[in-house]
Parts: sequence; structure tokens; C-alpha cells
Amino acid sequence: MNVKQANKFGFSINRSRLIDYDTSDRKVREYVTLREPSFKLCFACGGCTATCTAGQHTSFNLRRLNTYIRRGEIEPLREEVTRCMLCGKCLLVCPRGVNTRNVVAMAAEAIRKLERNEL
Amino acid sequence: MNSDLFITPFNLGLYFILIYSVVRSTVWFMNLSRSDKLRLQRGFFGRPFMDSLREIFMESLLHRKIFKKNPLLGYMHMSLAFGWFLLIVFGTIEADFFGEKHLNPPSHAIFFRWFNPEHGAEGFARIYNVWMDLLLAFILSGLLLAVIKRFTPRMMGMKKTTKHTWTDRIALISLWLIFPSRLLAESFTCGAHGSGSFLTGNLGASLASFLPAAEIAPYFWWLYSLALGTFFFLLPVSRYFHIPVELLLIFMRNSGITTGDRHSSYTEVQTHACSSCGVCISVCQMSYAAGIHDIQSAYFIKGLRNDRDIAAITANCLMCGRCEEVCPVGIELGPMRLIERRQGEREDGKLRLAGKYAVTRIRSSIEKIPTQSFSYLAEEETEKADILFFAGCMTHLTPSVIVAMKKIMESAGVKYRFMDEQGGVCCGRPLMLAGRDREARELINHNSGIIWKSGAKILVTSCPICYKVFRESYYLEATVMHHSEFINLLIEEGSLRLGYLHRKVVYHDPCELGRGSGIYEEPRAVISYVAELQQASQERSMSLCCGGSLGNLTLSSGKRALIAADAARTLTMDSPDELITACPLCKKTFMQATKTKVSDIAELVAAALPKPLDKPVKRRTTRTTLNATGNG
Repeated sequence: MNVKQANKFGFSINRSRLIDYDTSDRKVREYVTLREPSFKLCFACGGCTATCTAGQHTSFNLRRLNTYIRRGEIEPLREEVTRCMLCGKCLLVCPRGVNTRNVVAMAAEAIRKLERNEL
Repeated sequence: MNSDLFITPFNLGLYFILIYSVVRSTVWFMNLSRSDKLRLQRGFFGRPFMDSLREIFMESLLHRKIFKKNPLLGYMHMSLAFGWFLLIVFGTIEADFFGEKHLNPPSHAIFFRWFNPEHGAEGFARIYNVWMDLLLAFILSGLLLAVIKRFTPRMMGMKKTTKHTWTDRIALISLWLIFPSRLLAESFTCGAHGSGSFLTGNLGASLASFLPAAEIAPYFWWLYSLALGTFFFLLPVSRYFHIPVELLLIFMRNSGITTGDRHSSYTEVQTHACSSCGVCISVCQMSYAAGIHDIQSAYFIKGLRNDRDIAAITANCLMCGRCEEVCPVGIELGPMRLIERRQGEREDGKLRLAGKYAVTRIRSSIEKIPTQSFSYLAEEETEKADILFFAGCMTHLTPSVIVAMKKIMESAGVKYRFMDEQGGVCCGRPLMLAGRDREARELINHNSGIIWKSGAKILVTSCPICYKVFRESYYLEATVMHHSEFINLLIEEGSLRLGYLHRKVVYHDPCELGRGSGIYEEPRAVISYVAELQQASQERSMSLCCGGSLGNLTLSSGKRALIAADAARTLTMDSPDELITACPLCKKTFMQATKTKVSDIAELVAAALPKPLDKPVKRRTTRTTLNATGNG
């Protein structure tokens, strides 16, 4: 069965669910998890995103940021990570005790290092 | 063996340290900024000079601040510093007065007994000898306490004592050896010649009764001189360098020099003025409540001094400021840590011994590469208002505080505009605490624009974090007020009518409001007006941190909970009905740490407001509630 037929069969590729292993880069994830292990505790409830100060002014979304880091999607992460104000509201609402401020700070640092080929 | 050759190590050490100190302080002076140089020059010929002399006497010699903390610890420091100082002064006078000639070299004063073994047989010299023995006994008593403290710090009211580097250790051993070796050297010489007073004389006589005192004495004079020489040579690379540097620091501080926002001569002087006494370790909540023992200010400064990579230490601090409050040397630990947080990454210096003697090592300023950018913030239209209310991010997580503030301002008839009712922009302080000042500037500019456009005369905020940054880093025409100050103003004006609540409450000073901004009295005045205020065991400048501080980027939530629980336990010791704070972040943190009801000061005041006249069912009861409990 070729691809064309498969598409007709009722399966299609949902872009947002696709992990492209050609561009995926795990370095940022490793950098963040090593320095802020509580990152692993996140179960993506989205509480942080609901309360976010920056999120009221722009499309910044900590939960999405999490997904980008986990999947190693560097390109969208690069822009996303610069928007956080580090105000710390997300820290207080997180039910899992993830040190969210440090996750963002470390991700931002990792991105900068990646740009300078230091990672 | 009976030659005077033994004075050589002492002489070498003494001249080395004198020359080194002069060279190094000159280099420090040359590296000061132009305005700081002028300040120091002006300070030298005016009032600050006298203030400095007084401070040097009270703090560097008598150690008054440590005395206040713990008398035994104070005695230990005083006996070593003041005792040694007196011994040198009176030793010099003794050599000048009783010696063969006037104006002797220092070695003649230090080793006076060796050169004048028969001295002090009768008359005034005999009395003088008692005095000199008394001074030696005074120092030795302090030394005994120091040895005890090293092994059982708790006896001296210290929870922990500092860990040492190897140069510190050798310097410590040579310091400890100085006075016992002097005692034995003098005793043997006195024993051999039948001189000496109650201490050296008696000890000498009893030693001489079964030992060949005259033959043994030179060995101890050698030991004495070697101990002094070693101590002087190691001084610049050990923590004992604080002895000369502290004097310089006092002059600089009293001349009006402050830490500023980058590394300079002054930060280097502060770094070397730290005596690693460990007082900061004892008061650090991270240490005694959360069990983190390697990030305290003494270790931070030690890392700076030895040019280590201290990024992890620098970041892991609540920035509560308790250590700065108790530091007997008065080092500005908060600003120093912030400077270091602003630095980009640097390599571990791995200073070798020779490198530690280098006369200048001002840390290079590598600025962090900016990571955040807030160009997405749109300019906002604002209505004019005399009074602007800025709740702050954290207050939006405690909506009851906002409700209470609205009630209070309505009741007092205040016309205000709620600046961030729909959610505003962060004040910038959290970014500054993370060492990202440049990015914070963007937020500061954005908010400043709104405040200026509104034409506000008073800016009221409910969050001490915002309050501090509004006051210190914003350029505003409006008077910045924390809501506790504002409520106090309303009460004093008489525009707020309040009942009295029959509740016992305890007040927690938030770090940024109390130590950070010096607001202690206004919240207490407000609380005492509406309820019975209990005293807390640790309050005002020694108030505890709730553990929720945004100053720490890396502390885990588990450790935060430990600090919060400990602080809440201390505060609710006298079982108050309510724990009152003036910071939404403290409120959120304490609510999870204690069973006692936690409220903001605004909520307490709102509860004391008279009930609105149209709401209650019976008009008659309104009056009684007004006088009794309000609507709480």
C-alpha cells in the first residue's frame, strides 16, 4: 500500500503532533533537566500558562515552551523563551512544585549557548 | 644558640607585611573611580576621620557588635584584638622607657624580655611587669575560648563555624602558637634569671626547678619569632588579612563610598575585609532551616577572594538580607551578590599561592548576554488620576487583598485608578534579582511611561517587591507608597473610620519592605490601631524570610517549604489568632506552612471597617457591630 492510499484510508499527519527527528535537538532538554531536575515533574496541567503575566500581552505559553523543550524543537523555542518576565507567578500556582522560573532561565541560557556553539 | 639571630623571621615578616600593605592600599586607591577618590580625600580631612577612628576602636578592637550578639564570643574577639593591641602599645612603651635607648626597632619591644632578662625586679618596673603579665593572661584566656569554639561552636552561641582553606589553617595554627610560645619563652627566661611577675615569674620558677631553663628558653624564642613571621607572611593570603583591610574599609565607608553596581576597588576591599567569622552562617535560614551549608555569605566572599567559579553559590540565596544586618564588618553582602549575578560565565580562577599575593585582582566585568526581550509590549493609553493603585503580579494571586484594598479606598472616599486591573506588566525586580538588569530596564521604562502619563501624585502598591524597585530604580514624580503606609496615612488624616477587632495578631516583616526599604513602623501603627499586636521573637531588622523569595532562582520547592515551616513556627510561637503580613508572596507561602490564619494587613483593616449601612438587616445592630467586631 503506498502513501497515497494510506491517506485515503483515513490517516493523516497532524503537524502539531509530529516530531521531526531530522531537526530535533535534545541538547536544550538535557541542559535544563541537568540544572533544574524538577522540570521532569511537570504534567502539563497548564496552570502556569493561565496565570502568566507575559501571557496577557503576547502569545507566551509556558506549557507550550515545555513541549518545545521536551521535543527538542529549537526554532520555535528560540523566540518563545525571550518573552518571560521571570515574575514568578507560575512558581506559586504549580501543583507539582516545578521551579518554573529556573526552567525558563536555563532554557534561555541553553539557547544562547547553542547559538554560540558552546553546547 | 644564645645569639639574637632568632629575631630574623619576625623582622622579615614584619617588614614584608608593612611594605605589602602600603603597596596594596595604594593600588586600591589608584583604582578607585575619580569621585570615590575625592570622597576618600575629603573624608580624611574632616568629620568622617574622627568617626572612623571611633568605629575602629569600638568595632575592630572592642568588637562591640559581636559582644551584643554573644558576650562570650565578643570577649574572645576582644581579648585577641584589643589585648594584642595593648600588648604592642605597652610593650613599645616598656622598651622605650626601660630599654637601653629610646626609639628601638619593633623587635626590641616584642622580644623585650630576651634583651632584658633581669628587668622588673623592683619599684615601678615591678608593677609594670604585673600589667604586662595581665595583658598576656587576657589574650591567653581569649585564645582558650577560640580553641574551644573551633571544636564546639555551639558553646559560643554559634550554630556553625567556617571551613578553612589550607593557608587559613596554617595562619590559624601560627596565630594560636604566638601567645603560648611567648608565655613559655618569657617564663623560661624569667625562670633562669629569677625575674618575672605572677604569670611568667611563677611559671618560670616552677619550670626552672626541674628543667635547664636557660638552655630551653632560646628554642621558645625561636618558636615565638617563627610563629609571628609565618603569620605575617601568610596574612595577605589568609582570612586574617581582614585585620589591616578592615581599617581601610571603615575609612572608605565613612567617607561615603558605596558598593555601586559593578566590581571596583571597594568591592575588593570588602572582599578582603571579611574575617570569615561565620556570624552570617549562624543567622542564615538556608543553613539552619533547609540544611544547605555551603552558600552562605562567608563562602560567597571566600570564593570571590580566591577567584573561584561561584555562580551556583551566588544564585542560591534568598537575598533576605539577614546576613548583611548582622555582619560585624558591615560588608554590603546583598549588592555584592547582585553584582556577581549580573556577571556572565567565567572560568574558575584556580589561583596558585603566588597568584593570591597579586596586588590587584578586580574581577573583570563580563556582562551577561541578554536573553529576554519585551518588544511585544504595546503602549498603553491611560486616564489621568491623582492616586494610582498598582497591585502587582503576586497580589493578583491573592485576590482577597485586592478586594480589601478596594473596600478600604472606597470607604475612605479615595478616588484612584487601578493601574493593573486587567493584569499589568511585571515591575522588573524579579529580573533584577536574577541579574538581568538590562532586560528589567525595558519593563521599568514601560511602567514608568504609564505612571508619568497618568499624572499620579501617589503610587500605591500592595507588593513590597514592586515597592522597592519603584522607589529605587524608577524615576518618578509620584510618591511611592506601600499600602500599609497609605492606610496609615488615611488613618492619620481621619478619612478612614475603623472599629477595633478583638484579635491577637503577630506581624511578619516582609524582607523587601522591612530590611529592604526600612518600613517597620507604619504597618505596626496600622495593626495596633485595629487589633492587639503581639511581639515576635525575631522581628524588624532580624525578621525571618518566608522562604518564597524571588531572590532565589534555584532553590527547590521542598527546601522552600522547610524554611516557610520554620519561620511560621517561630512567628506563631505565642499562638496568635492571626498571622499578619504585608506581602502577597509571604501570605501565599505561609498559608501552606501553618494552620494559623494568614492575612494581609489590608484584609485586617478591611475587616475592621464598619458595615455598610444599607446591607445589615437590622439598623440597630449596626452600631454595636461597629464598636465591637466590625464585619469580620
